[in-house]
Amino acid sequence: MKLPKLSAPTLLLLPAIIVLAAVIVLPLLFSLYSSFTPFRLTKPESIWVFIGFRNYVSVLTNYEFWTAFGRTVVLLTIALNAEMFLGLGLAMLVNKATRGQRILRTLMMFPMMFSPVLVGFQFKFLFNDNIGFVNNALQSLGVTTSAIPWLIDGNLALFSIIVAEVWSSTSVFAILILAGLLAMPQEPVEAARVDGCTPWQTFRYVTWPYLMPFAFIAMTIRSLDVARAYDIVKIMTDGGPAKRTELLWTLVGRTAYSDARMGLANAMAYIAILLSILFTVYFFRKLAAARQQIGAEW
Amino acid sequence: MAPVTLKKLVKSYGNVDVVHGIDLEVKDREFIALVGPSGCGKSTTLRMIAGLEDISGGVVEIGGRPVNDLPPRARNISMVFQSYALYPHMTVRENMGFSLKIGKVAQSEIDTRVNEAAAILDLDKYMDRRPSQLSGGQRQRVAMGRAIVRKPDVFLFDEPLSNLDAKLRTQVRTEIKRLHARVQATMIYVTHDQVEAMTLSDRIVIMRDGHIEQVGTPEEVFKRPATRFVAGFIGSPPMNLNEATIADGKLVFAGGQTLPLPIEFRSRVSAGDRVIFGLRPDDMYPTGHGLNSGEATDVHEMELPVSITEPLGNETLLFVTMAEREWVSRMLNPRPMDAGEVVRFSFDLSQAHLFSPETGKTLRS
Ligand SMILES: Nc1ncnc2c1ncn2[C@@H]1O[C@H](COP(=O)(O)OP(=O)(O)O)[C@@H](O)[C@H]1O
Ligand SMILES: [Mg+2]
Repeated sequence: MKLPKLSAPTLLLLPAIIVLAAVIVLPLLFSLYSSFTPFRLTKPESIWVFIGFRNYVSVLTNYEFWTAFGRTVVLLTIALNAEMFLGLGLAMLVNKATRGQRILRTLMMFPMMFSPVLVGFQFKFLFNDNIGFVNNALQSLGVTTSAIPWLIDGNLALFSIIVAEVWSSTSVFAILILAGLLAMPQEPVEAARVDGCTPWQTFRYVTWPYLMPFAFIAMTIRSLDVARAYDIVKIMTDGGPAKRTELLWTLVGRTAYSDARMGLANAMAYIAILLSILFTVYFFRKLAAARQQIGAEW
Repeated sequence: MAPVTLKKLVKSYGNVDVVHGIDLEVKDREFIALVGPSGCGKSTTLRMIAGLEDISGGVVEIGGRPVNDLPPRARNISMVFQSYALYPHMTVRENMGFSLKIGKVAQSEIDTRVNEAAAILDLDKYMDRRPSQLSGGQRQRVAMGRAIVRKPDVFLFDEPLSNLDAKLRTQVRTEIKRLHARVQATMIYVTHDQVEAMTLSDRIVIMRDGHIEQVGTPEEVFKRPATRFVAGFIGSPPMNLNEATIADGKLVFAGGQTLPLPIEFRSRVSAGDRVIFGLRPDDMYPTGHGLNSGEATDVHEMELPVSITEPLGNETLLFVTMAEREWVSRMLNPRPMDAGEVVRFSFDLSQAHLFSPETGKTLRS
């Protein structure tokens, strides 16, 4: 038998291409295909039944899915805004520090080194209504007399999850904004002071426009993160109580494994990815505009 | 009315003093230049006047009022920075009107003033561009426009021309001079370029290592430098400065070469004194090719070989070796001359300077 002749570069790249295809492209294609089948883990043969867009239709008409979708967007909006304000404040404080900046920068990165599972357990403990640190502290200080059901009440549970998210990821904003502050030329700030700006006006009209691109980079990274939020929620509330903290990916996970409906879960996942793409496009547009505004050369 | 007064002004970083208690009075509407080598504390002094740098000691007064504790915005000053410091996200128009907008001036008034400044600086065509879309010279003019629009009491310039090419620099220099005549404000101008300082200012402040060496009109600092440092710093090419010993009405240089002791100094030094003798290139010239040939009163002539010639068209610089040192001479109405040619030089000793080698101060009264 005669093999077709391949050029040397193609031949040399072939192993890499094959590995990539096996590891990335094939699973993707498989999951995409399975979203068009009623595939259940318990009935492997169901993979061969093609049902067209039925899964997609049932997802899009499913009330539970849209609730999780909406809740994810709410979580994302609140968490990202909180993280941006806190991160900005943190970055400005560290930037003002005259000594120990290196140490502070390292400390700032600390929460990022924790695995989300660990963060989940940590906050599950902190917010525990009986033995948790938060309730004990509040009661000892006399702020409340009764235990607050942090992880048991639906709204409080979502709040607790947001706190955990914010704690673990504010540093993404802080670090990127600090990078912006460190790279920022000082002369325009001084010019603004001479031009009559109060410290607040200097920040509002000169510093902030310069930092905006950095904030948008952080936004992009974090919106992708939060849109895929899974681990922390899984550990802290597992979507409960009564599905009041169910997010897109906990729903996907539950549908896939607990309900074993893999085909349906994959359809959900592909719709959920659209959300991420949407956020990415939105923030990238903002980023491009902000960069152009400050005439950035990067 | 905004005179600026510095009283015993000190700046220290940690325990290092970089400005050592300087005193200076800038009159209302005066154009004053702070000049000195890089690192001598000019910018630091200017920034203390602006309020951008804390004052470690002494007082800054603007308009007769101490401003040490006032933030920059309360000092009614404008500053033009070396890097222009334009706001990158604002158009030229917004850059220029920004201080007025912050000052809550009515929009119609802002438009009037911005357009007026734009007309003066020839910026009308660029008003809607951003700084990144302008050339260096244009950015520089926007920075000046931003300063003018505020109608401040005092303009502060920190090396505003040093990022421009040579041709543009002379052009903008003239514009600044015209601007001063027009806006009638006090101007303090920092530069390391003595030519800029000489051409622009009413008075020059020469600084060195955080001290003031001399304050005077351009003519004073050129004709009567108070110290050896000023003598060497002001004037181009620089003054010839060489050590000599006084003996018997003569200056004895290294290698035994002598010049007569200038008449003006005869009663001020005695035999055995060591001095620094200074003579500008303009005051040692091939006989007949000098500035005041014929009317000078204390002229000594000597034949010397020329080692290098640098023709500049209307004049030629001659490098001459005398007393084991190289001296520079300026020949006006030059004639062609070869290296190695022996030429008769006139030394106009009425223009000579003597400085103390220890203190560097002039030995003139
Ligand atoms: N933040 C600072 N910390 C320590 N030394 C400084 C600082 N800023 C300036 N200096 C020193 O102060 C001196 C004067 O600086 P500057 O005023 O900028 O000089 P110039 O005359 O070139 O404008 C320099 O020797 C410089 O090294
Ligand atoms: Mg400087």
